[in-house]
Amino acid sequence: MSGGNGIAIDVKGLTKSFGGREVVHDLSMQVMRGSIYGFLGPNGSGKTTTIRILCGLLTPDSGEGTCLGYDIRRDAEKIKRQVGYMTQRFSLYQDLSVRENLEFVARLYGLRDARGAARDMIKRLGLSGREEQLAGELSGGWKQRLALGACTLPSPKLLLLDEPTAGVDPKARRDFWNEIHALAADGLTVLVSTHYMDEAERCHEIAYIAYGHLLVHGTVEEVIAKSALTTYTVTGEDLNELTAALTGKSGIDMVAPFGTSLHVSGRDVAALEASIAPWREKSGLRWHKSSPSLEDVFIELMSRSKDNFQ
Amino acid sequence: MSVVDHSAPSPEIRERFGVWRRSYAMLIKEFIQLRRDRVSFAMIVMLPVMQLLLFGYAINTTPHNLPSAVLLQEDSDLARSILKALENTAYFRFIYEVHDVEDFDNLLKSGKVLFGVEIPRGFERAVRRGDRPALLVAADATDPVAASAAIGSLGMVVQTALKHDLYIGNPPEMPFEIRAHARYNPAAVSSLNIVPGLVGTILTMTMLIFTALSVTREVERGTMESLLSMPIKPVEVMFGKIIPYVLVGFVQAFLIIGIGVGLFGVPVLGNLFLLALLSTLFITTNLAIGYTISTLVQNQLQAMQMSMMFFLPSILLSGFMFPFAGMPAWAQYVGECLPLTHYLRIVRAIMLKGASMQNLRFDALALAVLMLLAMTIAVTRFRRTLD
Repeated sequence: MSGGNGIAIDVKGLTKSFGGREVVHDLSMQVMRGSIYGFLGPNGSGKTTTIRILCGLLTPDSGEGTCLGYDIRRDAEKIKRQVGYMTQRFSLYQDLSVRENLEFVARLYGLRDARGAARDMIKRLGLSGREEQLAGELSGGWKQRLALGACTLPSPKLLLLDEPTAGVDPKARRDFWNEIHALAADGLTVLVSTHYMDEAERCHEIAYIAYGHLLVHGTVEEVIAKSALTTYTVTGEDLNELTAALTGKSGIDMVAPFGTSLHVSGRDVAALEASIAPWREKSGLRWHKSSPSLEDVFIELMSRSKDNFQ
Repeated sequence: MSVVDHSAPSPEIRERFGVWRRSYAMLIKEFIQLRRDRVSFAMIVMLPVMQLLLFGYAINTTPHNLPSAVLLQEDSDLARSILKALENTAYFRFIYEVHDVEDFDNLLKSGKVLFGVEIPRGFERAVRRGDRPALLVAADATDPVAASAAIGSLGMVVQTALKHDLYIGNPPEMPFEIRAHARYNPAAVSSLNIVPGLVGTILTMTMLIFTALSVTREVERGTMESLLSMPIKPVEVMFGKIIPYVLVGFVQAFLIIGIGVGLFGVPVLGNLFLLALLSTLFITTNLAIGYTISTLVQNQLQAMQMSMMFFLPSILLSGFMFPFAGMPAWAQYVGECLPLTHYLRIVRAIMLKGASMQNLRFDALALAVLMLLAMTIAVTRFRRTLD
């Protein structure tokens, strides 16, 4: 194996256009082996396209790099052998049973004992007793587990998961993430795209991508620190009125309700504090300065990138 | 006024025009979708135009210029003028002249000619002596329609021939007779022709549809994306998708032939193993073509439509419905590009004429070429990526 330097994915300047529309723009990233790398960004930001480039399903218009030490342009076939790709849409055969789906994948990768491998995976997934059920009849959560099982069956070195938990209930999501952490602990590298902030916080490293541009990357703490955002949390009465009054004021980049509280954020601390000053002494409102949440950071990034790249 | 109407329509109006309003909404949506579906749109125009042109120009139920051979055992002036007279009927076109009975039989068996005229040794002398010898005309009657008009014309040929060249004086009666022999299907039983034809037609239809949907189905259901991300090559996908249906086709062929033999008394004169072998080739060719279709289209509806576009000329131009020899040259060229044309010759020849591989070399080769061509297109068209 080449690339024993601890880097699983190393790409530079990836660009991809569809019908004249640039979906991925000059994207560079590095993912360490054994880490869980979160890919965040709004719908249509190029997450899926980037993942497809990495596993050889799309060829980049320009840019280069390696995946598991193999050139993403020349060695797509070799990459496919060692990468498990879980598509956004359930892509196992709905009219095959759980067992038949797993055996199909096992045979396709040439596992010596396809039946045995499928049997072990069914046990591991906790699907014993359901192996003869058609995949199409499983609930959303079980479908995702099965899809993950199918991806990991051929013992890949890298997992590419495209919004694996979309539309899955919280319990199933947590189980799913526990599984991903267990896999990463075994040395598997995982690149996962998601819209959920709690999931992002469970990643070792995250990257935020919007309109094809990778805007920021690092650990969660680093990303929050890089945002240079100051956030005040307000609780109290008449928050709707306050929202209307503060929105658009100088220094206030974002006003977002979080349950019974309101997050007021801005990058220019002085301007922000000047704008909220008249409201700070108002009775019935309690203000305190807090660090921004990841969600604050991303929503702020999203609204900013819209201005830049629309 | 109108603002008031659509913000708050009165309950009676809703009730009274509800059916039409909702039908109208549906109608508009259907038109929009139809306009987007280019292939369906093309079909609306192409199907009737194709049918009209094929029926109008290519199909001829009383075919002329049928390919014929002459077994010439005597080269005499009389023989020449008889052949001339036969050609003058416009039904016969002599393209082979042989001197050996075996060659003569093989030409008929392989379907290269539909008629064979045998002029026996000592024919002219026998005519002069007044022996009234017989001139044998062998017709390939596997397709009774193609043969019947031409056989019917034979009666006049004697007079025509005599008028020109006979210098025997003024014969009061026929100096020779023409004996027509409808080979392979002397009683002109149409089921003898149709049953083998149906084997080919049914196989074309079913095989085509099985594979024409196979790739598009994977794309539509989203399974193609994960399939492409796995280490499988286009050729492997194709083999995996074609081979199961070869068995299905085989069962189907067996069923039709079994019923044909059992219920309709259609003979299988030739080698069953050869029939099975060449049927497998034909089945595979159709599966490959269906598979090619599925790599060309975007959805399952288009796949069905393209299969129809292939099936229609197959039925009309292959010699299944109408005599192949009766078609104009261009239609025959198109027909030669269709696997069904070759298989019909094969299956009729083996079942009804007892033909051997030697007789069917050309058609078997044509099928193999068409199969490889389709497979090559399919494999190169199959997209390894989602680009």
